Amino acid sequence: MADKRLTLDELIGELSSGMTIGVGGWGSRRKPMAAIRAILRSDLTDLTVVSYGGPDVGLLCAAGKVAKVVFGFVTLDSIPTDPHFRVARQTGAVESMEIDEGMFYLGLLAASQRLPFLPTRAGLGSDVLRINPELRTVTSPYDDAEELVAMPALRLDAALVHVNRADANGSGQILGPDPFFDDLFLGAAERRFVTTERIIATDQFASEGALQTMCISRLLTDGVVETPGGAHFTACVPDYQRDEAFQKEYAAAAGDGDSWSAFAERFLQVDETGYRAAVDRATTDRAPKGDRP
Amino acid sequence: MSAVSGGTTESGVSRAEYCAVACADVFRGDGEVMASAFGSAPALGARLARLTFAPDLVLTDGDAALVDGAPPLGADPSTLVLESHMPYRKVFEVVWSGRRNLIMMASQIDRTGNQNISAIGDWARPKAQLIGVRGAPGNTVNHSTSYWVPNHTTRSFVEQVDVVSGVGYARAAGAGPAATRFHEIRRVVSNLGVFDFDTPDRVMRLASVHPGVMVDEIVRSTGFELVVPSDVPDTRLPTPRELELIRTVLDPRGLRDREVRT
Repeated sequence: MADKRLTLDELIGELSSGMTIGVGGWGSRRKPMAAIRAILRSDLTDLTVVSYGGPDVGLLCAAGKVAKVVFGFVTLDSIPTDPHFRVARQTGAVESMEIDEGMFYLGLLAASQRLPFLPTRAGLGSDVLRINPELRTVTSPYDDAEELVAMPALRLDAALVHVNRADANGSGQILGPDPFFDDLFLGAAERRFVTTERIIATDQFASEGALQTMCISRLLTDGVVETPGGAHFTACVPDYQRDEAFQKEYAAAAGDGDSWSAFAERFLQVDETGYRAAVDRATTDRAPKGDRP
Repeated sequence: MSAVSGGTTESGVSRAEYCAVACADVFRGDGEVMASAFGSAPALGARLARLTFAPDLVLTDGDAALVDGAPPLGADPSTLVLESHMPYRKVFEVVWSGRRNLIMMASQIDRTGNQNISAIGDWARPKAQLIGVRGAPGNTVNHSTSYWVPNHTTRSFVEQVDVVSGVGYARAAGAGPAATRFHEIRRVVSNLGVFDFDTPDRVMRLASVHPGVMVDEIVRSTGFELVVPSDVPDTRLPTPRELELIRTVLDPRGLRDREVRT
């Protein structure tokens, strides 16, 4: 059986500038942040990012990696909007395709099923059709003759998702309560990459969680990268909650150029090992003095 | 109408409590549907409805499950009794089946019930980027949707929203039968009053005034011509049982008063 294990650098080597890249997770939850950070360090540029958006979108925009964002929302959950994405939109730095979050799901589903589109009521009457003039409607061929939105397939050149556990062959296990749409991101993509908290032996999946947590089959993956803490600072339950203190610092640092440069130097212009060390130091610094070891 | 301006009227009921029962009434008569509620007053309202006149209402845990009963606002997740798995993919199935009743928030709302949570200004290069249209386009053409606006001003109640996220009556009608078939904007609840679209041309009407608020104040705070009937009732008083539930069971920490001034 194929051993699909890769390093982060090898994963980046599989991507190229100008690609349409789908990012799994939802808001500030189970985002493949280690892979995003690796893109930030790379010379990749001109990307179209397709995402139930969180800080993945904000960070990529801040680094000037993004030509276009396909989204229904961009949020940090506990903070309503991402400051970098706000700036990118308000300065016209990125193109956008903004659609209903259910249309987004159907776009991924259509791409996964190799269909040109799927019909839906979502979008009818709203400005989604005005701001995306390329969207078309379709008339039901049956007696109802309803005119519905024809949500086009969201085809991806590559997909990046982060899961709790995976094996070397690329099967993935999501232990949190919501698998989101990660399997569809993979299904919609030409090249499919899973990062994971831990690579385990296949026979260990059953001791980690029930059968339905083993929801990413190796039919859907080309490469798997072990990235402990790879979703930080987004939530990756049950392994860890969102790092709210860190997320607050991220959002605050985005407020002005100097503090963002300092944040980027400390946390982003370092490799993943350096990032984790910097996060550990920041956590210790934040703790009340009496709690220090 | 009460002459007391501000939060607590002579009945001892706070503005936030009137808002909560007004939100609860949005869920009246729907039977076994999934209630989704954004904001403290809507979250209180859904729970209140569940514990009183809408016992079959289905509540969510705000994450990926449906909960049994009606947990207090801000309850520790580990104390919740879950009754069903409801990840986002299944939420869409519920939305599209119509078995849902929703109170969303609105950064802008207009005369015909269009809502905006996408962006302020020109969409192509907005003055202010908001969260995005989210599920508003799909929600509004699939099941009953209402709105909660905790800060009623001419900036939130506008002649025409900048980006139509949630679809109002005129826009749904313009999009044809597939858009109108399951469309209903039931009510708008603000910190000043309750509004509906029960007019011949489906434009916003003042349905009731929260005690302590003057009709004039609502008209001045609204950026379009509101239909104001000659006799506007007060928003109803909570029953003693409802007040007790709000104060001692559902929101003993008083989160409701942080959202609406008292």
